[in-house]
Amino acid sequence: MGYIKIFFFLVFLIMPFSIHAAEVKEYILENGLKILIIEEHKAPVATFQVWYRVGSRDEPASKSGLSHLLEHMMFKGTPKYGSKVFSRIIQKNGGIDNAYTTKDYTVYFELFSSDRINLSIDLEADRMQNLMIESKETISERSVVMEERRMRYEDDPQNSLFEEVVAASFMVCPYRRPVIGWMSGIRSIERDDLYKYYKTYYSPDNAVIVIVGDVNADEIIEDVKNSFGNIPQGPQRENIVCMEPEQMGERRVILKREAELPYILISYHAPGFPDEDSYSLDVLSLVLSGGKSARLYKSLVYEKKIALGASASYSGFNKDHYLFFFSATASPGADIKSVEDSLYTEIEKIKKELPSKREIQKAKNQIESSFIMEQDSIYVQAMNYGVFEMIGGWRLLDRYLEGIRKVTPEDVTRVAKKYLTEKNRTVGILIPEKIQIQNEK
Amino acid sequence: MKNNNHRKILICSFILCFAFLFLNTNNVLAIDAKRNISQNGLTVLHSEKHSLPIVMVTLLVRGGQINEPEELAGLANLTAELLTEGTKSRKSADISEEVEFIGASLDASAGSDYITITLSVLKKDINKGFELFSDVLLNPTFPQDEIDRKKDLIKGSLKQREEEPSYLAERAFKKEVFGEYPYGRIIEGSVETIDNIKRDYLVKFYHDNFLPNNSILSVVGDLTSDELNTLIEKYLGEWKQTDLPLKIVKEFDGVNMKSIVKIERDLTQANIVIGNLGIRRENPDYYAVSVMNYILGGGGFSSRLMQSIRDEMGLAYDVNSAFAAYKEQGSFQIDVQTKNESASTVINEILEQIKRIRNEEVSDDELSEAKSYLTGSFPRRLDTNRKISNFLAAVEFYNLGLDYAEKYPDYINSVTKEDVLKVARKYLDPEKYVLVIVANQKKADIQGLDSQ
Repeated sequence: MGYIKIFFFLVFLIMPFSIHAAEVKEYILENGLKILIIEEHKAPVATFQVWYRVGSRDEPASKSGLSHLLEHMMFKGTPKYGSKVFSRIIQKNGGIDNAYTTKDYTVYFELFSSDRINLSIDLEADRMQNLMIESKETISERSVVMEERRMRYEDDPQNSLFEEVVAASFMVCPYRRPVIGWMSGIRSIERDDLYKYYKTYYSPDNAVIVIVGDVNADEIIEDVKNSFGNIPQGPQRENIVCMEPEQMGERRVILKREAELPYILISYHAPGFPDEDSYSLDVLSLVLSGGKSARLYKSLVYEKKIALGASASYSGFNKDHYLFFFSATASPGADIKSVEDSLYTEIEKIKKELPSKREIQKAKNQIESSFIMEQDSIYVQAMNYGVFEMIGGWRLLDRYLEGIRKVTPEDVTRVAKKYLTEKNRTVGILIPEKIQIQNEK
Repeated sequence: MKNNNHRKILICSFILCFAFLFLNTNNVLAIDAKRNISQNGLTVLHSEKHSLPIVMVTLLVRGGQINEPEELAGLANLTAELLTEGTKSRKSADISEEVEFIGASLDASAGSDYITITLSVLKKDINKGFELFSDVLLNPTFPQDEIDRKKDLIKGSLKQREEEPSYLAERAFKKEVFGEYPYGRIIEGSVETIDNIKRDYLVKFYHDNFLPNNSILSVVGDLTSDELNTLIEKYLGEWKQTDLPLKIVKEFDGVNMKSIVKIERDLTQANIVIGNLGIRRENPDYYAVSVMNYILGGGGFSSRLMQSIRDEMGLAYDVNSAFAAYKEQGSFQIDVQTKNESASTVINEILEQIKRIRNEEVSDDELSEAKSYLTGSFPRRLDTNRKISNFLAAVEFYNLGLDYAEKYPDYINSVTKEDVLKVARKYLDPEKYVLVIVANQKKADIQGLDSQ
């Protein structure tokens, strides 16, 4: 169930508030580069992350996938280090590195023994300013990304439905385009598109560095200054504003293709953090699907036995308003219509009757506990600070926690009534078909 | 997250075998664990970590897929899944409600060689957490209606997974490599074998295996030895040892002939698995194999397969090789996805790379890079309490010794180029292999590799 996996990642991002407040040291260099350092000495490891404020929202509509392809090209080399050696250098020092692109930002990170962290400073400063993008490599990497798209979307029915539902939910907002890009978008990206995009968005004044681990902040900041301090600022950048017109009626998307079981994915437009309603929406999603004791599992999976899994998922950590999702895979033999109706039954129920105090408390306990447990990992800790920094500043972490604590049963019912309406929803249904492939032999 | 497109899959092939193989030579990482055998025969491993108010518990029970008769495949998995579905004093819904209310997690799952129950809980809720943990461990009742419900869910999810080409390929590959041997089946069993499992068999499997003298308890986190002893006494004091029933582990008689399995699906990509039998975890060649595999296809972007098939040819997003080393046997496999039309090219390149690593010694640079990574990445493998807890239990299970972490760099550093060549010749075979391809077969058009 492709969609479920995603939900768990969303939960990671929902958690970032500070109970065991780590001390965050913040620095801003003259060229606009911001650095956050958190000393965490429990294990001899550290993570170094560079967050660029650019994602698929910033792409021209015909070049969807540009941010993500550039992320791939960032591993292709600079004059100083040569071609395709970045990861190799990291690995032979016992580290791992990776990167990912989202709608709003692009992140590069390394994880090391803490005594190797200066290698990150050197390599990241170099590729922030000196990336070579060669035509031949562009063509080759474009093919790699097309393979990635085939693997993740084209050959995965539930993920394909996700793309369709998101595209149907937004008419105007760039969030309608998949981060990986449509196949035609990827195919049309040329070397010069990438280079221009790189020069526009990859600069110190559009980036934040997050370091968490067994480091000494006073020492490491000097090394960061020496390596990044002289990188010039970038040009003026256009601020993309998303103004999605209000949805005035249900939209439906049907996908018929080779698959085993029917699957439904429903989206509702919903505001993001730090909108006052975002806290209540978080709690609402957990009341509905924070585990086997929550409403959707109990009703659709356990009692009615019509679904193999059913979930609600919401993350307010986007720059603009995004979506509150429901999804469920039908049990063999179950009718997808009854699955859909049962989801609406649960939605109507929470609009009419206040959830119990215990349900609300359970959701809050889950958020709080996950947050503390996540701090076990320096990588997740750094991710949480980075996400908040991208959507408005790491200090909002505390505000998020306060917001969650204030949520009442009335709030949950109120936001359910406000956002989970028929007019505001887009419904996607996957209908399995058996395809007979016509082969000659 | 759906909208995060990772550039590459982490170097997962080693993790797949064991998540705890690495030690840094420069930063000697003291795990600082205590080991005791309780009066009832339970092995207890404990490491105090007071940096966060959390406690991670892993209970490992010897017994898994390896002990299942063929017609009852899925028995270990179903037993594990039912532990949290009803006890003498709690219904299924009570258990999940109580666990989730304190923001904890309590899960049981079966693997090839053993079953684990894991508890993650805040320190402030440790008593409640341990009580729930001991209840599902000591008092499960295997209610018939929960058995029926769980069987339906597992059968349904098996059906749903047939949508995943990688699952189809993996299932077929295991079957070809291990034949009738238990490792040749997927852990959930099949629709037919699940239906064969009666309540009595679950109860018997539980009683035969869930014994203190057959288990390892590993606890890591904000807990002193005294506190742990008190908890064990209070909540596991009633757990009585008895003589272990004789377990019959089937002798592996080997199936290692070349076979090609083609599975027809309407896909844009061919999902390909190539491989053969591997090694058991206790095989002394394990470390040379680790180095060899890193160079061939286990080393992420540094591996030969990745450099050739992704970086130079642009034909795949990911290609990797892995040895899965279980208690009794193991497998070696290379996984790759490429558009249907490139399938033959990619398969031929993989076979060429296998030949190359069997014919020539690896370079000095390759050898030293592999060793540096394998030894240098250890601290990351043990950088959370959850990872340490699982690590300690596995080290005990495979008899690696509590000083395993200290010894590991020596095991790796003593591997020579000759060793790498030797194990490549011994464990890789470009002639006799299993090839599974899930694809639109007409477009993939595999030729010249036919069976026998």
